[in-house]
Amino acid sequence: MERFTALTAIAAPIDQANIDTDQIAPARFLRRPRAEGYQDILFHDLRFTAPGVENPDFILNRAPFRQARILVADRNFGGGSSREQAVWALVDSGIRCVVAVSFGDIFYNNAVNHGLLLVRLDAELLRRLRQALHERPGSVISVDLRSQTLVAPDGTTYAFAIEAARKRRLLEGLDAIGLTLGHMAEIAAFEQGYQARKPWLTARPA
Amino acid sequence: MSTPRTMFDKIWEEHAILEDEDGNTLLFVARHLAHDGSYHAFSFLDERGLPVRRPDLTYATPDHGISTLSHRIEDIDDPDQRRVVTGLQRNAERHGFTLFGLDDPRQGIVHVVGPEQGLTQPGLLMVCGDSHTSTHGALGALAFGIGASEVCHVLATQTIWQRRPRTMRVTVEGTRPRCVTAKDVILAIIARIGANGAAGHVVEYAGPAIRAMSVEERLTVCNMSIEAGARAGMIAPDETTFAYLEGRPYAPAGAEWERAVAYWRSLPSDPGARFDAEVTLDASALAPMVTWGNSPEDTLPVTGRIPDPDQVEPGAGRETLRATLDYMGLSPGTRLVDVPIDQVFIGSCTNARIEDLRAAAEVARRGRAVVPAMVSPGSSLVKRQAEAEGLDRVFREAGFEWRESGCSMCVGMNGDLVPAGKRCASTSNRNFRGRQGRGSRTHLMSPAMAAAAALRGRITDVREILGEA
Ligand code: SF4
Repeated sequence: MERFTALTAIAAPIDQANIDTDQIAPARFLRRPRAEGYQDILFHDLRFTAPGVENPDFILNRAPFRQARILVADRNFGGGSSREQAVWALVDSGIRCVVAVSFGDIFYNNAVNHGLLLVRLDAELLRRLRQALHERPGSVISVDLRSQTLVAPDGTTYAFAIEAARKRRLLEGLDAIGLTLGHMAEIAAFEQGYQARKPWLTARPA
Repeated sequence: MSTPRTMFDKIWEEHAILEDEDGNTLLFVARHLAHDGSYHAFSFLDERGLPVRRPDLTYATPDHGISTLSHRIEDIDDPDQRRVVTGLQRNAERHGFTLFGLDDPRQGIVHVVGPEQGLTQPGLLMVCGDSHTSTHGALGALAFGIGASEVCHVLATQTIWQRRPRTMRVTVEGTRPRCVTAKDVILAIIARIGANGAAGHVVEYAGPAIRAMSVEERLTVCNMSIEAGARAGMIAPDETTFAYLEGRPYAPAGAEWERAVAYWRSLPSDPGARFDAEVTLDASALAPMVTWGNSPEDTLPVTGRIPDPDQVEPGAGRETLRATLDYMGLSPGTRLVDVPIDQVFIGSCTNARIEDLRAAAEVARRGRAVVPAMVSPGSSLVKRQAEAEGLDRVFREAGFEWRESGCSMCVGMNGDLVPAGKRCASTSNRNFRGRQGRGSRTHLMSPAMAAAAALRGRITDVREILGEA
């Protein structure tokens, strides 16, 4: 897994609330092998009016925002379907950080497995931040995970909260499966006790 | 006396293996459900060269990408979808887990199959690589959706790391008026708390209106918990639950049954248990509901009108509302019952169980569909049952198409799509932009309401057709 420590990059405002994972990664593209990359499907139906034809109005199709590696969104970003492809589409496109008021829970959990930093900040602050990004396209935001701070284009620094375990996994690029496989003895012991408490679970259909 | 615990607390603690220093819990997964979309997770497992640790606790069925015209594998047109469905079959053979395959009479949408087979049971911690795993909570399980990397983790270890969510109790008081279904109740709940209102929470649905529901109705309610942003939804098991489970293929039997029921009776939240949030709703004040926008929170009684952006403060959602109405092709102030419908979909894990099909057929038998309408049963067993009851004939005679079971037009991965700009009355759970196909416009509603829309070609108050009596 790719680590995340700090990033200074152009940020793009995404004004709509409730940007669900169906919009981030439409259903018809979800079957291709992971290795083939998902960058071309990011926000596909917002970004393209027809195959290969860009929608000039969509923010990520406008010159400075094409280089954006940070998104500043509104409420409930990544809600809906559990499809991890939404995270793949973002990271494959070079987006490594999304700032929003809130995120879909499953999307939030998926992000950490791919080094995507999700930052939660206050709604009013984000509204102003998006406005500033519109007014000065190409403005840069800095995020530093170690100090848990975000520096806005006007130089103001904001602190953000993040769960300790998530922070460590992102900073060190830790892999959850590797971590858990180190606990196999405890898991096996637990399973035995569990089975004994619920013998009916082993029942097979007649 | 120990502190009173919620049902969630009890199930969580029963499955907690250990905690790390940051307060994350490693949980044991009692049942893992998989479907054709779990294919990436199996690829990840292969890349690591790891086996499925507990094939005996893994159950799968293809649903998302399969044809609803035929269940022959050759009839899946899209080579990618075919590869994924055959891949699931191959993985089942290789790893030795149970598959209700395309040719199996028990095939169906994974969230319909679990309860139907009795795999879903009170007190179990269940996961599936699909957000609507929340459905299974209707029987008193703690069940939630996970992403592909987490599915791979479960396959490899039969465990999952989670931060302990908060709890919310949604109490539904009163008695539902006639024609107000479980779908209307959950849509009203989502409208009340918002599409992200239950984020980070596990919701327990309680109160007399929930207790009065059948298990199938409870499944509809819990199914859409994720549409309120909840991690999971659950309902305490009771006599209704036990009666539903008894005799199902994977349910315990004989002495085991007694022992299981005794345990299940210990699961409901203790009196005085504390929830982090409480919401109360009166079912007797509800009407049949319809969504008008691109989030399930955009819900109104069928008697309502399309909201007006000019009545919303700038910055408080006015722009979002404008964009939504633009996408949906709707003008402010329009009565919902004046909105024309181009096609109808009755299906999905929300509303395609036998009771749903009966309710839709009850309406369908009173007329003829004037727009294309499709019925896809939630499972092959539901299909068989419906055919035994003659519901397929009712639908066909009313001009509805009778299909095979699968996710179908709920997500359109199998090619069952709503064309761009077309408006679909749908019994599914998501009205997102493009959910039913690029440019599609979705109005969510109950099966009876969807059937009514088919008969009239517009959004219709089903009470007009069934009468108030
Ligand atoms: S029916 Fe729809 S919501 Fe349910 S599992 Fe299938 S695609 Fe998902």
